[in-house]
Amino acid sequence: MPSADELKMRIEQALPGSTAAVEDLTGGGDHFRAEIVSDRFAGLSRIEQHQLVYSIFGAEVGGPIHALSLKTSTPGDTA
Amino acid sequence: MTNDEIRSFLQQAIDENPVMLFMKGTPDQPACGFSMRSSAALNALGVKYAALDILPDPRIREELSAISNWPTIPQLFVNGKLVGGCDIMLEMYESGELADMLGVEQPEDEPEAPVQEAPQSGPIGLENRLS
Repeated sequence: MPSADELKMRIEQALPGSTAAVEDLTGGGDHFRAEIVSDRFAGLSRIEQHQLVYSIFGAEVGGPIHALSLKTSTPGDTA
Repeated sequence: MTNDEIRSFLQQAIDENPVMLFMKGTPDQPACGFSMRSSAALNALGVKYAALDILPDPRIREELSAISNWPTIPQLFVNGKLVGGCDIMLEMYESGELADMLGVEQPEDEPEAPVQEAPQSGPIGLENRLS
């Protein structure tokens, strides 16, 4: 069962220089929300940004990670 | 029905329906909160859309994700292109981008408010073809 900390670590490792705030929405280890700031998102559409994050987890999203809700931005954005 | 047949059925649904929502359950009886909020946003916009329940066969979701490179349900396609899942749809709904994209007026009500009727939408009967 993945934890919010584990997801945060994997995102920040896969996207060097990024910061991720991950929350386990239900406490059950299967519904998460992540807010990620990374300069790797620059120039990508929102959907491409999300696809980039989902690609870190492959088939785990939709599998053991039932839902991973995303909010992505670049350091330049004022969210 | 083979996986290839499912995939070409899905591709056809994407190609033939300008606003195509893949969801768990139906707009009348959504089977997941994310699917419910997504179809409620489209209902609130009053836009005509097609909806397909992916639950009857796990292969529907596998083939859909292979087409879209998107892991979760719901998924909204407009004019053959993936727009996104629930997060992106609701973000775009709230900012008015979704109304712009679909060429409709932004309603004043929030989509979370009582789930609206979906008189203009109907499920596509893939399940009938799976047997």
